[in-house]
Amino acid sequence: MITFTNNSDSEEEPCNERTSLMSAESPPVPSYQDGLQASEVGEAQAHRKRRTGSSRSPNNAANGSTSGSSAPVRESAVENEEEELTLKYGAKHVIMLFVPVTLCMIVVVATIKSVRFYTEKNGQLIYTPFSEDTPSVGQRLLNSVLNTIVMISVIVVMTVFLVLLYKYRCYKFIHGWLILSSLMLLFLFTYIYLGEVLKTYNVAMDYPTLILIIWNFGAVGMICIHWKGPLQLQQAYLIMISALMALVFIKYLPEWSAWVILGAISIYDLLAVLCPKGPLRMLVETAQERNEPIFPALIYSSAMMWTVGMAKPDTTTSQQTWDTAEDGRVIHRSPSHSNSEILETRNPGAIHPVTSLEELEEEERGVKLGLGDFIFYSVLVGKAAATASGDWNTTLACFVAILIGLCLTLLLLAVFKKALPALPISITFGLVFYFSTDNLVRPFMDTLASHQLYI
Amino acid sequence: PALGLFLFTIARDPLRIIILIAGAFFWLVSLLLSSLIWFIAVKASDPNDEPLQKGLLIFGVMFSVLLQEAFRFLYYKLLRKAIEGLVALSEDGCSPISIQQMAYVAGVGFGLMSGAFSMINLLADALGPGTVGIYGDSQLYFLTSAFMTMVLIFLHTFWGILFFHGCENRRWWEIVAVVVMHLAVSASSFCNPVYVGSLVPSYVLMAVAATWAYLLSGGSAQNVRRFLLCKS
Repeated sequence: MITFTNNSDSEEEPCNERTSLMSAESPPVPSYQDGLQASEVGEAQAHRKRRTGSSRSPNNAANGSTSGSSAPVRESAVENEEEELTLKYGAKHVIMLFVPVTLCMIVVVATIKSVRFYTEKNGQLIYTPFSEDTPSVGQRLLNSVLNTIVMISVIVVMTVFLVLLYKYRCYKFIHGWLILSSLMLLFLFTYIYLGEVLKTYNVAMDYPTLILIIWNFGAVGMICIHWKGPLQLQQAYLIMISALMALVFIKYLPEWSAWVILGAISIYDLLAVLCPKGPLRMLVETAQERNEPIFPALIYSSAMMWTVGMAKPDTTTSQQTWDTAEDGRVIHRSPSHSNSEILETRNPGAIHPVTSLEELEEEERGVKLGLGDFIFYSVLVGKAAATASGDWNTTLACFVAILIGLCLTLLLLAVFKKALPALPISITFGLVFYFSTDNLVRPFMDTLASHQLYI
Repeated sequence: PALGLFLFTIARDPLRIIILIAGAFFWLVSLLLSSLIWFIAVKASDPNDEPLQKGLLIFGVMFSVLLQEAFRFLYYKLLRKAIEGLVALSEDGCSPISIQQMAYVAGVGFGLMSGAFSMINLLADALGPGTVGIYGDSQLYFLTSAFMTMVLIFLHTFWGILFFHGCENRRWWEIVAVVVMHLAVSASSFCNPVYVGSLVPSYVLMAVAATWAYLLSGGSAQNVRRFLLCKS
């Protein structure tokens, strides 16, 4: 989901972020058929954590945008001004989101095109138990639909579990879960990825160097994501892990299942965010009630938070529980309201003491996008690059379609000022363009190119 | 060159990037529809009949050109509405981006997308091993393709400016001229591989369109002279 983090004067709401549901989907560890079965259970645990984490991130991101919007609505006094500001900076935010999404997609496409590992079929995840190697079309379709149902139900269960944990304030558990899953992501998957890239380019590397590199990468990543760090570094890490997760998905999801899952996930996202009983919506509302930021480390934030002065003198709010990583979150411009949001400062010290500042200073409005959104966009484009026979045309078409979907979603966000699911529109456009470009445009362009005609 | 245009003039302003991507999207949709029509026509006809296929291809190309121009018009309408929205929202009552800039960016968007679709598979294949023109085709295939694509991108840019200007001032003949030029360029590409027949007219048309667009945008011969002589 995409959310704005707006400052609401009426409530000291921190940036509520709604995350899209999607990020939760990343299956932690595929059931490698090359013998990792033993650690399957452990991996499943990690996966769930990751999943939860990711779902939270996307939710956070989505919530971020939605919460942002809801916040300004409540500020009736400056509502118009808010709207103007929102839309005025709308273009800037769109670009702030375009760039990371583009980067993630570029990384995924580049890897898919060059490293053959990710297009080989080496087994399936335990979350997609039905194989697609069946002879008949109907059977294959049925299997893919069943796979989708299994996957979606796992995601739903995870999300509900997460919401329950959040509701009953089991923060430590959630944090631990998140940390473990990002640990797994950063270390294990990076190791695999690096190994494959080195294999492709036939570069030798000894183990000590490898250990050093991966350890540094992982440790800095953990710090950046869960704690403090420079914003750009944090963004880069988030992009990297989204790309890694997307690559895992592309490799281990069978063909038809992947497309059906993409479609089903966007529908689920729509329902989960917009329905009153949807888990994501409940998550966001609970977070809003408690004036807490939604979980960090799973949302991509596109702006910096500067020091914020607080109008109210009590600092003992739950804001303190924010990670400093939240500093990197999107900051919304706070209008001149008395009750500014309490945001963490970027200083590695404590939060600024309560000052009698009336306004928040130096806050830039920003937009948050859930990591799950990143992952699924990249999965779509990566699959297009991997399996389309029209190669780059299809990939390019899907890329443009997703960007336009993102634009439209952000526009709707500015209009509705609520948390919105970021997946449906973009994925729909992407799917439509993928199938139509692959089947319709490709023969046309091939024929044109062979005769060297230009349109 | 098109990439240079993009980097220097568009990448700064986020609004322009959005307009660019939207322009590319519109071109893509027009391509989709035209290939749909072509596909249906091909499926409905006899695949072994060579002249018929060629004729269908020509028909497809013409239809696609017309559709592209139609989508340019639609895009123009959308941008008009967007400008009104932007004016209403801005603080000082005037839009942050003018219709001419939008025309330019839209043209670049169209051009980039069409260029990308024409060239990218070619480039990808060019990375691999092979010999150009091994079956007696022209050896200059890649080179001419590159030049043709470049001229097409520039042409799209200029057509964008001319087209929008024509729509703004209600000069229908300008719009018709753009459409005719587009058709002429596509038709000239039918002369391939006799490259003289296609490249030269295209470049000539591009020069014409460039000067026309330049004059429309407020330039003049004096400006050019001053620029070239580096006068202040």
